[in-house]
Amino acid sequence: MNSAYEKYFRQDRLPHIWCPGCGNGIVLSAFARAMEELNIDQDKTVVVSGIGCSSRATTYVDFNTLHTTHGRALAFATGVKLANPELNVFVFMGDGDSSAIGGNHLIHASRRNIDITAIIIDNNIYGMTGGQYSPLTPTGKKATTAPYGMVERNFDLCELVKGAGATFVARGTVYHAKQLTDLIVAGAKNKGFSVIEAVSQCPISYGRRNKMKNALEMINWQKEHAVNVKAAQKMNPEQLKDKFLIGELYRAEAPEYTAEYDKLIERVQKGGK
Amino acid sequence: MNKKVMQGNEACAHGALAAGVRFFGGYPITPSTEVAEVMAKELPKVGGKFIQMEDEIASMAAVIGASLTGKKVLTATSGPGFSLKQENLGYACLTEVPCVVVNVQRGGPSTGLPTSPAQSDVMQAKWGTHGDHPIIVISPSTVKECYTLTVRAVNLAEKYMTPVVFLMDEVIGHLREPIDFDEVKDLEVVDRKKPDVSPEEYVSYAAGEDGIPVLAPFGTGYRYHVTGLTHDEQGFSTMAPPVVARMNQRLMDKIDNNLDDIITFESENLEDADVVLVAYGSSARSAKEAMRWLNAADQNVGLFRPITIWPFPEKEIRKIAGNVKAIVVPEMNMGQLKLEIERAAAGLTKVIGVNKVDGEPITPEEIINAVKGVL
Ligand SMILES: Cc1ncc(C[n+]2csc(CCOP(=O)(O)OP(=O)(O)O)c2C)c(N)n1
Ligand code: SF4
Repeated sequence: MNSAYEKYFRQDRLPHIWCPGCGNGIVLSAFARAMEELNIDQDKTVVVSGIGCSSRATTYVDFNTLHTTHGRALAFATGVKLANPELNVFVFMGDGDSSAIGGNHLIHASRRNIDITAIIIDNNIYGMTGGQYSPLTPTGKKATTAPYGMVERNFDLCELVKGAGATFVARGTVYHAKQLTDLIVAGAKNKGFSVIEAVSQCPISYGRRNKMKNALEMINWQKEHAVNVKAAQKMNPEQLKDKFLIGELYRAEAPEYTAEYDKLIERVQKGGK
Repeated sequence: MNKKVMQGNEACAHGALAAGVRFFGGYPITPSTEVAEVMAKELPKVGGKFIQMEDEIASMAAVIGASLTGKKVLTATSGPGFSLKQENLGYACLTEVPCVVVNVQRGGPSTGLPTSPAQSDVMQAKWGTHGDHPIIVISPSTVKECYTLTVRAVNLAEKYMTPVVFLMDEVIGHLREPIDFDEVKDLEVVDRKKPDVSPEEYVSYAAGEDGIPVLAPFGTGYRYHVTGLTHDEQGFSTMAPPVVARMNQRLMDKIDNNLDDIITFESENLEDADVVLVAYGSSARSAKEAMRWLNAADQNVGLFRPITIWPFPEKEIRKIAGNVKAIVVPEMNMGQLKLEIERAAAGLTKVIGVNKVDGEPITPEEIINAVKGVL
């Protein structure tokens, strides 16, 4: 490991438990690089996660780390950030964690525009429990609980959080790891709720069942199907069929929740109503 | 004299503020909502934070997150909301994060009787979250106690690094009574311990001789890991049987080794009593009244009122059981604490329930009738 990033990891907790070829490690490296770029104060930073393979990330990174309950990471993080807005708060979640059981918290963190940066590792499946379908499993794909193919429609989480009020929305992939770092940096710099969806691969619980033999094939799939937002502007719908957008998808200005609450305190303490 | 008339729910909120609570996360539900309303109004005045979360699961999560930054925290709810809080309540038990959860009990099950009193969450307060775990549960009987015992609940949470359930009922929550603030102004306030070692030497869940860990507030230079997975002294998940056993045992021991400090109760006329009424919460008010009438008629009837319901005052009940013809237990449920009293009495005496689940409080007459059946 590059020594510049070593300090962001708990060396005594490595190696990690992720399967060979899993994308989680690459997302975590992108995160560490982003921390270096941001020159972040580890003591003043809290990293929160839910439950799932991706949420194991909090074991490995050297910050104040909070591994919570399935789906609830953002609700815990909201308490942390509101109680002490001086802390930088990052949240790791899986696609199931953030969009199924935790979907409501994702909507409300977006609506509040609370200054938290959420990194959603989207591997299209429930990895930890062995490959059941998630709200991000594409229609038709197979999972242990979708043995005949996923019947339901899948979510576009970026559209969801944009609609709900997040002020920075981006998507990256494991293949485009350098860009992923940049997106995390930009998300962290946004004073508000930032969501970075990191498209990743789970060769064990998803790939095998969906005719992608190994991680390499899956990463190649990311490379071939991801289109940068800028490039997409010059493409027609036919060309964009089967593709997904990466890059900074959306940015907006809006009041940040904890700052607004601090203003309220000031007003009330001055005797205002 | 500095008297103010207020509701139990309001008194609870003011008690919390006096205890130093500076963060409240909640979700509205009858009959507990006034606690949130007072907190929303008062917290900003003292620089504290109030948030109405999207549900009770989130409220419980938010207060735990806030507590980890070093703040004293409170949440308040009732039946259905208390059910939703259970998973994260267990998280707080295991991760040893201090917090106070107010449950103003209403009629159940399910949506039940939203505006009627009940005492039917006694067992849920103890066993509602999965797994063996310690918990402290306190039940007030007067508006003044809603204030003083909330202070105590916060103190116990901070001292023992544990969630404390403040188990009220609709009668107490909405009852209006005077509190003399001169009498309650000097209550002891306890703050959780801070690390007395450097970050390099700090071991988050090592827990000293008292078995209580010292969790440094996030952001103060002590970086550590908090997880709801069974963990070792460093706070990291483990499946090593001896370590798992040690952690689970310590969790229970930190409460069980301090019963004399944690358990409080009120008792009257226990000497020479033929029958002892064991009652808590608003039912204890009717029990007291019943005792007065029976005593006036020269009947030897005493009262034992557990203020701490869990851990249960087992020793005290066993002692009573050895000396009386019967223990009568009025509760607005189908006999929940009665089960525990029977267990503690271990066959030494009869235990008779006066139970009511129709949404009406138990009257002194109903208790008197039960006592007359024994005497
Ligand atoms: C309340 C609750 N329900 C279910 C589970 C079981 N569970 C653990 S992880 C998980 C899904 C994880 O999938 P995802 O969030 O997509 O993360 P991944 O493992 O793929 O990284 C489930 C259902 C749980 N731990 N808690
Ligand atoms: S099951 Fe999938 S997501 Fe989980 S560690 Fe293995 S490859 Fe990664």
